[in-house]
Amino acid sequence: MKSLQECARERILIIDGAMGTMIQRYKLQESDYRGERFANYHTDVKGNSDLLSITQPAIIEAIHREYLEAGADIIETNTFSSTVIAQADYDMQSLAYEMNVAAVQVARRAADDYTRRNPDKPRFVAGAIGPLNKTLSISPDVNNPGFRSVTFDEVVNAYYEQVKALTEAGADLLLIETIFDTLNCKGAIFAIKKYFRDSGRPELPIMISGTITDASGRTLSGQTLEAFYISVMHAKPFSIGLNCALGGAQMRPYVEELANIASCYVSCYPNAGLPNTFGEYDEQPHETAHIIEDFAREGFVNIVGGCCGTTPDHIRHIAENVKTITPRPLPVVETTLA
Amino acid sequence: MNNTQTIKPYLRLSGLEPLVVRPETNFINVGERTNVTGSKKFARLIREGHFEEALSVARQQVESGAQILDVNMDDALLDGEKAMTTFLNLLASEPDISRIPVMIDSSKFSVIEAGLKCLQGKCIVNSISLKEGEEKFIEHAIICQSYGASVVVMAFDENGQADTLEKRVSFCHRAYKILVDKVGYDPQDIIFDPNIFAIATGIEEHNNYAVEFIEACRRIKQLMPLAKISGGVSNVSFSFRGNDAVREAMHAVFLFHAIKAGLDMGIVNAGMIQIYDEIEPQLRELCEDAILNRREDATERLIAFAETVKAKGKTVEKDEAWRAGTVEQRLSHALVNGITDYIEADTEEARQKYPRPLEVIEGPLMDGMNIVGDLFGSGKMFLPQVVKSARVMKKSVAVLTPYIEAEKLELQAKNGGEIKSAGKILLATVKGDVHDIGKNIVGVVLGCNGYEIVDLGVMVPAEKILQAAREEKVDIIGLSGLITPSLDEMVHIARELKRQQFDIPLLIGGATTSRTHTAVKIAPEYENGVVHVLDASRSVTVTGNLLNKALSKNFLSDVKTEYTKLNEQFRNKKPVKQYLPIAEARKLKVDIDWAAYNPVKPAQLGTQVFDNYDLGEIAKYIDWQPFFIAWELHGKFPQILEDEVVGKEATRLYNEAQEMLKRIISEKWLRARAVIGLFPANAIADDTVSVTAIDGAEVPLEFLRQQIKKAPGQPNVSLADYIAPAATGKQDYIGGFAVTTGEGIEKWLEHFKKEHDDYSSIMLKALADRLAEAFTELLHERVRKEFWAYATDEHLTNDQLIKEEYLGIRPAPGYPACPEHTEKYKLFDLLNATEATGITLTESLAMYPAASVSGWYFANPQSRYFGLGKIEKDQVEDYAARKGWPLEEAERWLRPNLEYDM
Repeated sequence: MKSLQECARERILIIDGAMGTMIQRYKLQESDYRGERFANYHTDVKGNSDLLSITQPAIIEAIHREYLEAGADIIETNTFSSTVIAQADYDMQSLAYEMNVAAVQVARRAADDYTRRNPDKPRFVAGAIGPLNKTLSISPDVNNPGFRSVTFDEVVNAYYEQVKALTEAGADLLLIETIFDTLNCKGAIFAIKKYFRDSGRPELPIMISGTITDASGRTLSGQTLEAFYISVMHAKPFSIGLNCALGGAQMRPYVEELANIASCYVSCYPNAGLPNTFGEYDEQPHETAHIIEDFAREGFVNIVGGCCGTTPDHIRHIAENVKTITPRPLPVVETTLA
Repeated sequence: MNNTQTIKPYLRLSGLEPLVVRPETNFINVGERTNVTGSKKFARLIREGHFEEALSVARQQVESGAQILDVNMDDALLDGEKAMTTFLNLLASEPDISRIPVMIDSSKFSVIEAGLKCLQGKCIVNSISLKEGEEKFIEHAIICQSYGASVVVMAFDENGQADTLEKRVSFCHRAYKILVDKVGYDPQDIIFDPNIFAIATGIEEHNNYAVEFIEACRRIKQLMPLAKISGGVSNVSFSFRGNDAVREAMHAVFLFHAIKAGLDMGIVNAGMIQIYDEIEPQLRELCEDAILNRREDATERLIAFAETVKAKGKTVEKDEAWRAGTVEQRLSHALVNGITDYIEADTEEARQKYPRPLEVIEGPLMDGMNIVGDLFGSGKMFLPQVVKSARVMKKSVAVLTPYIEAEKLELQAKNGGEIKSAGKILLATVKGDVHDIGKNIVGVVLGCNGYEIVDLGVMVPAEKILQAAREEKVDIIGLSGLITPSLDEMVHIARELKRQQFDIPLLIGGATTSRTHTAVKIAPEYENGVVHVLDASRSVTVTGNLLNKALSKNFLSDVKTEYTKLNEQFRNKKPVKQYLPIAEARKLKVDIDWAAYNPVKPAQLGTQVFDNYDLGEIAKYIDWQPFFIAWELHGKFPQILEDEVVGKEATRLYNEAQEMLKRIISEKWLRARAVIGLFPANAIADDTVSVTAIDGAEVPLEFLRQQIKKAPGQPNVSLADYIAPAATGKQDYIGGFAVTTGEGIEKWLEHFKKEHDDYSSIMLKALADRLAEAFTELLHERVRKEFWAYATDEHLTNDQLIKEEYLGIRPAPGYPACPEHTEKYKLFDLLNATEATGITLTESLAMYPAASVSGWYFANPQSRYFGLGKIEKDQVEDYAARKGWPLEEAERWLRPNLEYDM
């Protein structure tokens, strides 16, 4: 079977679309989230999507399968908020480790099934590492700009546990995504490096995907795109890219910039356009696909897919449109000042 | 998309914005005032918990041009970890400060790690070292690496600090090998601090510390070219604390030499660096003696001088003598020294003196800024000083703006009261570039000509430019940039304009831009008009042509035709030829029988200055043919006067030229100035000639050798071949000259401009150029016959002179035989040419005034003019090594001669 690296050299890889959008289609109620095991849990858990990997694994697996059927090479585990810090919202800190393990297992099952059916197109499971609901560079208290609601060590510990769970349960790669505060991302990188040093396991490929929040071209924590990339280069990532907040059309200049400066692969999975006044995404699958196709033809990208509002249909169109386009070649990283 | 995309191993840092250290980055200022050990004020603020005020110290450093902020909380009375955390967290909420990277400075690793936990950007750790042994060093390095920090490595080992040259280099090399081989650090992320120690302390062993540091920089760079070098600059002058005038002079002299040797960054008080050229000469000389350890009594002499400075109190620091000059001199002084104290009053005085407020900008202010540009370009001025100069400029322009506006309104009132903009022009300095002086001037100039200006400022991303262009419905977009990477950004914007289907013209300007680059790289990306604009004054004509419906179409199609031609020429310049390795080429030197040749000793060694040379005498030496070429009339002179096609026109032109020439001579429009110098010299390597300067210093001139494979028996020539090798035991000689007939021309050009008389203006420029060449010819003849006197019995007609039938040659740096421009610095230094003739060199080594010529004299009877042609990478590498440059620098200067693609 071909490795992730081999596949990336040959073609543009497809990453899946939104998990949340798909879960919404099931119109799940509080009792569905709880399942039998948490029927008597002391607090409401509706909206804790990551819990579904434990309580409704069949639904999560079905969504993975839809994306795999649409042509995704990489599927993301349902673990965006599976950390002790993010799970504090539901008082489910102690379940974070288990959520990661359960999520990798359902994704693994679906991916392996598709790989078995077509070994020429191996499928990969990316352990998704979200941005946390607390930031290390920004004070939540406007009157006290020096205040921080979380410490770097706490962030590292939370991510360390998640990385350990994702890796030991069998993820193929790790994906730090939707980064709006680079210092949080550096915490995740620190945890990953530390985990692999401690465990002695071979390091998994790391995908890093930041979020440019608006037309200022900066992250929420204020960095320009190049400054962001420079700040995370030490991860020696498999890919650097952008997701969320913007649609493909708004993302274009930033994807182009990354393509110019990145020494690794470039990924891009935008939202299905900008949300309308109801917070819904209207961009149609063929529209998203046309924008992404343009990125591919320009030689900007290696890994493409969708974020908020995208569906298996979007992914199918995207996969179809970029199928025959050559991926961005890796630049030559020079080692002398010649 | 380009398949050969490459990523260079540059040191990359970030705050909110990136800081990429490229070979052309020059020197990086690390702001030192946010350091409790170095700033009493900052220490007090931190100890007393006045963090807000402490932030203002940081802000002041950034505003003064600090590119990295050094933060140090090592005070026995402080909880260093807590102070570091609090300060850096607060810093993160100040985007104007946190845009630059931080250098976390502490001797306690726990404080460093506390800092690392607060910074989202890629910072520098200052410092780690082998002081506590290899194991600890590796442990610390791994932690720094996990946070993605670059590291400063102090030159220490288990036994202490490196205090000799050998130790400095070997400690650094040992640390480098550990970091790269065992820890896996990227070499470009390693910054060495090879210990700057105090000199002139009275202890003899200390005298050579600066020399050794500088030499250590050079060796470290040779051994580890990707690594960077930093240092605490103020240490060097520690023994003069309390005497800032002497200290700042010492810092400036030290930096001048250390940067040349490879120092990349230094911890300095960003607002307080003196300009090398502005140091009082006696003090500078004394500092040079002390820094370079040139004489045994250097310390005593510097101390003695320092005492007089002290005795005079503050007078040296606040020398007001410059106030006595003319208003132009005062403005220039204020700009170069960044003094805003009097700028408003001086500007007002100038405004009253000049007929139009705009002329103050175009005249004295621009002259001052040109000097700033030259000093910056030659490494004698640093970014903070340039920032200060720009501030002075802006203050001055602000005084003038209301008057310029009023003038505009007056003009509008005169023209029927209707306020109508001639057109709307968007101006922006492109992303990644902060230089806006030129762009601002273009804005002012165009504004004065009735255009409405939408100025987006500096570092403007493409997206924002296009958006503003659409929303403001502008008629033209003008892009500016001064640094090389801006060129790529401009290409990018052109592509975006095309993709987003714009149809308005794009103007390209700024110091690194060129017509060729525009034609080859930018114009092909956007078909609705791309025009390179040479300077602010050109922008008016170009804009006028573009916005005039009757003219624009023809103008654009002319430009397009011209650019297409340039593009084709550029691309067709690739015939397949064979080249020799440089080692082979060197075996094919010009064959000169040195045993049989005895170099003539010049009758008069040293330099000789000529001023107000008789223009009538000079005019006799004019070669008229290039004059006609300048007017695009091609043909031999004097036959061209009888030419069937152009004869009539040529004759008329010639007559009018003669008329003007008569006036130039009789009314002394131009001042002819020159300096020549004749010096002992010998070739000391295949392509290196060592010249003995007047002060006895040996100056190595670096030449280049033809590499194209020639017919058997034909030499591969280098100018060095024409000078006797030292090994022959024969003393040879070389000469140099700098000649100008440009002084005085501005007044007349101004006059013609006012008269809208372009014809006379071009005529005068063309004649001035001819006179400069003629003066050169005349002096060369006198050199051959009188001053060097190696051809005393020469009798040649002007025609024979033009045909170069004389013995010896006079090639010029930047021209075919020796195309690398920066050797001109050496020529100018040897001749003291700027002082002697008023000719200054721009940052790109152009001579100002334009009607100037400079070059070398070679007397060897076998010497011939030749073109270097294309050269291969092996020679470029060798040349870079000889010049002490990174390869990239050499390639940049030699770009037109490179046989290979970069």
